[in-house]
Amino acid sequence: MTPVTIRRWAWIHKWSSLVCTVFMLLLCITGLPLIYHHEIGHLLGTEVASKAMPADTPKVELDRVIAAAKARYPGKQMMYMSQEPDDDTIWNLTLGDNGTDVNYKATAVDARTAEVLPTPQFEGSFMSVMFHLHVDLYAGLWGKLFLGLMGLLLLVAIVSGVVLYAPFMRKLDFGTVRRERTARTKWLDLHNLLGIVTLTWLFVVGATGMINTWADLMFKYWQSTEMAEMVAPYRNAPPLTSFGSMDRAVAQAKALEPGMKIGFIAFPGTPYTSEHHYGVFMNGTTPLTARLYKPVLIDAQTSRVTDSRDLPWYLTALLLSQPLHFGDYGGQLMKFLWAALDVATIVVLGSGLYLWLKRGVPVPARAGKLDETGLVPALASQGDAR
Amino acid sequence: MSPAFMRLWGVPILLGVLTLIGLVAALLGDGLLDYVSAVALGIPVALGLWHSLRRQGS
Repeated sequence: MTPVTIRRWAWIHKWSSLVCTVFMLLLCITGLPLIYHHEIGHLLGTEVASKAMPADTPKVELDRVIAAAKARYPGKQMMYMSQEPDDDTIWNLTLGDNGTDVNYKATAVDARTAEVLPTPQFEGSFMSVMFHLHVDLYAGLWGKLFLGLMGLLLLVAIVSGVVLYAPFMRKLDFGTVRRERTARTKWLDLHNLLGIVTLTWLFVVGATGMINTWADLMFKYWQSTEMAEMVAPYRNAPPLTSFGSMDRAVAQAKALEPGMKIGFIAFPGTPYTSEHHYGVFMNGTTPLTARLYKPVLIDAQTSRVTDSRDLPWYLTALLLSQPLHFGDYGGQLMKFLWAALDVATIVVLGSGLYLWLKRGVPVPARAGKLDETGLVPALASQGDAR
Repeated sequence: MSPAFMRLWGVPILLGVLTLIGLVAALLGDGLLDYVSAVALGIPVALGLWHSLRRQGS
């Protein structure tokens, strides 16, 4: 690389990082508790727990579960119901004044007794603050898209950082940290070391995080295309007067997709279905297909299946990219490594900021000679000159 | 590939491949593959930690 090329890449690295660093620090810090949200929920007592009963205790009808939730919040309508993949003793239900109520109420109901369980509300809790700061900065779609843009800058910073790794490390063994030099040299070496160690992980987590910021847009597109086609026959149907049995609806969905289980159910009027349908979203049972959904639309009056199709490629890609961002698919060891890589990333970001603040007086560009030493004129300070 | 190239990029490429194996393995299955993933992801983390903290010659 010529000194001019190096200087150009250094410029790209400097500005792409500087613009996104503060937000990336925020994402790393808020992401840390999100890795352990289940454990923290248990500690804070914000996780719903059901009573211990024999594993083969029969489940009550879904219609009774729904009735119990509606009795808890009279006058509100059902929005969604779902189960955690690893706990079929609890149904989590949300109810609101309409299908898109942002002030919805969440309630958990025991699947074996139809008993309403004490349910802490998510909004306003510590985890919800972490969640919003990590996902949308309390600014909805625009907040998400902004963080997605910062994610894109992070990817640019990573690529330019890898390009710059060569001139900085050419004369050094992997892992060299020159502690005997100035503090800046030491932190430069640590920045390079931890940058190259976290490189692949951070690129994958950054890229999948960026894809996740587009989730709302992809979902809206799906809604206005495939979903609109699926519910088109009901466009002029009169409003629902009575609801058909949920147990029959679920039985129909399971008969259609025998190898799958219920992921979540959307009630009429919510964005995941129409005014006239139960949207039963089925999951597969392998680690990979458990992430995917197959929507089965069921007439909410007659409880009969009206349509079902696979998700389009872009939603499949989105759902498959999510575990790679969350790190929730490999047990406790993976969570721990996710946290460790997150902390290493904080060091990379912090040291990068430090290197910029301590950039000092640039060494005059005596091109050939400086390049031989592996120092970049635009970035090196006199403390580094050998 | 030249010795100079491998001296510079050998370990980074190895760590990148290990990281990818670690990320993909646990996606494909549970049980044994979770451990494959933990080992493959653990090596870059351990190496980064070790080089960051060890005393290096002056």
